[in-house]
Amino acid sequence: MSSPVSRGFRHLHPASEEEAGRVPPGQHVTQGFPVLAYGPTPHTPLESWTFSITQGGTAKKSWTWAEFQALPAEAITVDIHCVTRWTKLGTRWRGVSVDTLLSQAGCDAPYVMAFSDGGYTTNLPIADVTGGRAWVAFGYDGQPLEPEHGGPARLLVPHLYFWKSAKWVRGLDLRETEEPGFWERYGYHLYGDPWKEQRYTGD
Amino acid sequence: MDALDGNAIGGLLIDAFGTEMTAAATTCATCDASRPVAELVVYRRAPGAVVRCRTCGAVLMVLVTRDGTTSVDLSGLARIDR
Amino acid sequence: MERTAIHGRLTWQVAKVVSVDWETASVATIELDPPSWTGHQAGQHLDVRLTAEDGYSAERSYSIASAPGEPLAITVERLEDGEVSPYLAGELRPGDELELRGPIGGYFVWGPDDGGPLMLLAGGSGVVPLRSMLRHRLSTGSDAQARLLYSSRGWEDVIYRDELGQYRDGARVCYTLTRSQPTGWTGHTGRIDSALLAEVAWPAAANPLAYICGPTSFVETAAAGLVELGYPPQRVKTERFGATGGR
Repeated sequence: MSSPVSRGFRHLHPASEEEAGRVPPGQHVTQGFPVLAYGPTPHTPLESWTFSITQGGTAKKSWTWAEFQALPAEAITVDIHCVTRWTKLGTRWRGVSVDTLLSQAGCDAPYVMAFSDGGYTTNLPIADVTGGRAWVAFGYDGQPLEPEHGGPARLLVPHLYFWKSAKWVRGLDLRETEEPGFWERYGYHLYGDPWKEQRYTGD
Repeated sequence: MDALDGNAIGGLLIDAFGTEMTAAATTCATCDASRPVAELVVYRRAPGAVVRCRTCGAVLMVLVTRDGTTSVDLSGLARIDR
Repeated sequence: MERTAIHGRLTWQVAKVVSVDWETASVATIELDPPSWTGHQAGQHLDVRLTAEDGYSAERSYSIASAPGEPLAITVERLEDGEVSPYLAGELRPGDELELRGPIGGYFVWGPDDGGPLMLLAGGSGVVPLRSMLRHRLSTGSDAQARLLYSSRGWEDVIYRDELGQYRDGARVCYTLTRSQPTGWTGHTGRIDSALLAEVAWPAAANPLAYICGPTSFVETAAAGLVELGYPPQRVKTERFGATGGR
């Protein structure tokens, strides 16, 4: 039995014709910025915050907050797509390109596992975090990134579903083989391309 | 954002288990704390519902709904008794 | 009283909206007529699902306001930036259809067999399932005594105000108004704390059964307060609402 349409219930913000081409299949545009969480919000003080590129159990390169802030950063405006079906158009961020971080670390591997405060992990092929496709973002909408949205810094990989943009990110672990991160282990797609609607394993 | 409790996923638990589960007794595999499902910490606005131990924060259950079917991973629990 | 059993999958059904009655400026009680309702226990909730023409759907949970045996009703607080509540408490009209499933819940429930004395703590719209319990207590002639401590922003926000004002003989209702009070208010003010609980709650020696419902921060403060007074944790039942009102 399919659900009856609820008279007069409208989705809050239907996409305009101009915007429609920017909305992947099965998504709906939101004006808000929903907060999704899988655990309590971490609060790492900036004095103890570090970001590391690790490989085989050792840190190849690590930056303190001050060192991170000294890296070349850029303004990024992108559309983002959450697997829970909301899409937000034209989000504005500030962050350091992952290309910069990897080149300073001077090492390479086919895959990365992003890891965060609170234990969250998500896996990505190296090609999807390089070539200008990914950043470690610490600014949103002209302000420091708020803790509930992943501040002080989160991964930003807008071409994939937003669960890949790990909040409270603390580093990237370089891996030879692809292993599933948190949501991938619980049935979400290993890659997560919103334009192919790769929400779940096997999609 | 505030976490809720096991009451908030009563319907989801029925989908996964086929029966009411909020009153079920649980034991955390990490710290051994026991409490009913209704008293566990629930983060529901996520790609899935994540249920954590109120004592130690360990992930006890993860529920994911796909195409109308809800699956549940219970690896964080030492036991769950209706 | 026969307990409601849940067999197998909980299925969605399409109920008719019978009436929409405003309790306060932003809170409405919606009476529903579902085609196959098996009854419920006081404290249970139901899930509601709205579907837009483009297939977009949103689901929320709402506590059942009616007592077992009464016509099914939910009470919904319209939240300013809510997605579902402004529709339910604002757009919905008698004769409309509403998709729902239930009843849901087996922990936060009370029936006369559970006894008392009852200590009920409500934060805002958390009063809804507790109201179902109070009505059930009354209609079954239970001799369990009951106290309700209801925390609300202001007198105009108190839900079921007239009905709660009717309680006598074994059921006592008191309020704490946290943001504004009517002129001449002699009741409690400010958020619940240990001092207020010590004054108002049943002493632990009475072996009370407590039910606390409201926003997460309210529930946690209240529960800690009762445990501090000596209530055994297993006699303190809690149900947390999100900042978004319904779960």
